[in-house]
Amino acid sequence: MNKRIGNTVWGTVAWIAGIVFVFPVIWMVLTSFKQEEAAASNPPAWVFTPTLHQYEQVFDRNITPFLLNSLMASVFSTLLVVSLATPAAYALSLRPVAKWTDALFFFISTKMMPAVAALLPVYLLAKHLGMLDNIWTMVILYTAMNLPLAVWMMRSFLLEVPREVLEAGEVDGASLPTSIRKIIMPIVSPGLAATALICFIFAWNEFFLAVNLTATNAGTAPIFLVGFISSEGLFLARLCAAATLVSLPVLIAGWVAQNKLVRGLSMGAVK
Amino acid sequence: MTTMVARPDERIQPPVRPTRGGPRERWIRRAPLLPALVFAIVITQIPFLYTLYLSTLHWNALKPGKHKFIGFDNYVTVLTDERLRAALVNTVILTAGAVIFSMILGLGLALLLDRSFVGRPIVRTLLITPFLVMPIAAALLWKHAIFNPAYGLINGIFGGSTDWISSYPKGAVITTLVWQWTPFMMLILLAGLQSQSTEVIEAARVDGAKPWQIFRWMTLPHLRQYLELGGLLGSIYLVNTFDAVFSITQGGPGTATTNLPYEIYLTTFRKFEYGEASAAGVIVVLLTIIVATFALRVISSLFRIEEHR
Repeated sequence: MNKRIGNTVWGTVAWIAGIVFVFPVIWMVLTSFKQEEAAASNPPAWVFTPTLHQYEQVFDRNITPFLLNSLMASVFSTLLVVSLATPAAYALSLRPVAKWTDALFFFISTKMMPAVAALLPVYLLAKHLGMLDNIWTMVILYTAMNLPLAVWMMRSFLLEVPREVLEAGEVDGASLPTSIRKIIMPIVSPGLAATALICFIFAWNEFFLAVNLTATNAGTAPIFLVGFISSEGLFLARLCAAATLVSLPVLIAGWVAQNKLVRGLSMGAVK
Repeated sequence: MTTMVARPDERIQPPVRPTRGGPRERWIRRAPLLPALVFAIVITQIPFLYTLYLSTLHWNALKPGKHKFIGFDNYVTVLTDERLRAALVNTVILTAGAVIFSMILGLGLALLLDRSFVGRPIVRTLLITPFLVMPIAAALLWKHAIFNPAYGLINGIFGGSTDWISSYPKGAVITTLVWQWTPFMMLILLAGLQSQSTEVIEAARVDGAKPWQIFRWMTLPHLRQYLELGGLLGSIYLVNTFDAVFSITQGGPGTATTNLPYEIYLTTFRKFEYGEASAAGVIVVLLTIIVATFALRVISSLFRIEEHR
């Protein structure tokens, strides 16, 4: 009985904490449906007539190309990163190369390096090659950014393939493509999806490289957001509409895949 | 971005099978690794070498035509520059502040979520939501909708007219970061809590251990590796904080919130001192190597424990 009361109390505390944490997001979404006057009122307006006006404004200011750029950079870099990382992870787990620890730690050491140290040379090289403000530059950079994460993550999933089954298959004369298709893929594909999702999230949210290397042609969604607050006057509701819009894909993806999130973020260390 | 990071001990896990066979067999094994390896080397190491070269030049992009080799002068300039030292201190404060507070909050929330109650999956979903908001959107949201003195939510609810960002610039940045990163810490620590053996805890309870004794002497030691992992990964991500500084404070007031990424960004794209920016970049890389060498040891031991479970 005591335990049940305890659970109720702590459950309530957890609910309150959850609501407090999510509140800024709720506030963002609420504000996005307000008129600017209501958004800027003090004390805050809790009751208002919802309007889609701000979303119309955001689309009028041409957010679409920015969203498409983000989509392109995220999708293509994710495809590239997964197709580079999966074979690499295989060579670092199931059939390891001789110096597999060195390679593994080389990858993670590139993740630790501050992007800021590479910014200027990357900028100058891109400028020299005429690839500034080009979405493919971002695809390549995001691939490099996510590669260590993907290698570590895929490796942790590949290590779950039972070795006995794999060896039994080899004894039975299964070729490599067959064992990949029949044994490895069924076990690893949820992990592959999780890896792709995490890479997509990081690429979609990336700001530092985008703000320094893109402008009007290849600007991604975060760039739209920044460019658009410099306008004067009341803009809070519109800002919230744009912020909600650009956050939506990752919010949905993250909610759907929340069980895989922790494993991806810890690079496969925590299951 | 560098191969110079010292190699951690190799005990992560014994290789699946020792590599045998001749050169041909070894190259077949290496083949799947090579594309990723070559890609990582080309994209991350070549820019670094180029940075090394640039750091020896006197090159201000606003004064065209003069790239003079000046050896280590840029390093002298940068190391004697007050701003870089301030940026270094700010980086440590912002990173440590955000990591420590988000870890404490994350631990509390993880302990709450480890119990069973009505709607637990929903609360978990609510709690991870801040992490999923685009960081630049989160920063702008906090700046304009929450901290703003005239129509921000804090003053709107509690009254007053405090300008939170200029009064507490570091606090404002850290608060935003903590809000975003607490879910991350919570998820890692929750995974730690749920990997604890329930039988042992039950046995301790039967033996008359009080809840806080169980927490202090059993849960906390068990969580240690997860706390370390969370702190380490959080630091790796947060030390590069740029979005929040760029949009909430622009490094100000003065240099109160200018961290290293933002300072180097300013040197590069506001002052156009390419040589100095490169020297500062190299120094950051060297500092990172020192920290990373230590970090990799921790990582390798953490990953070893996890994989042997």
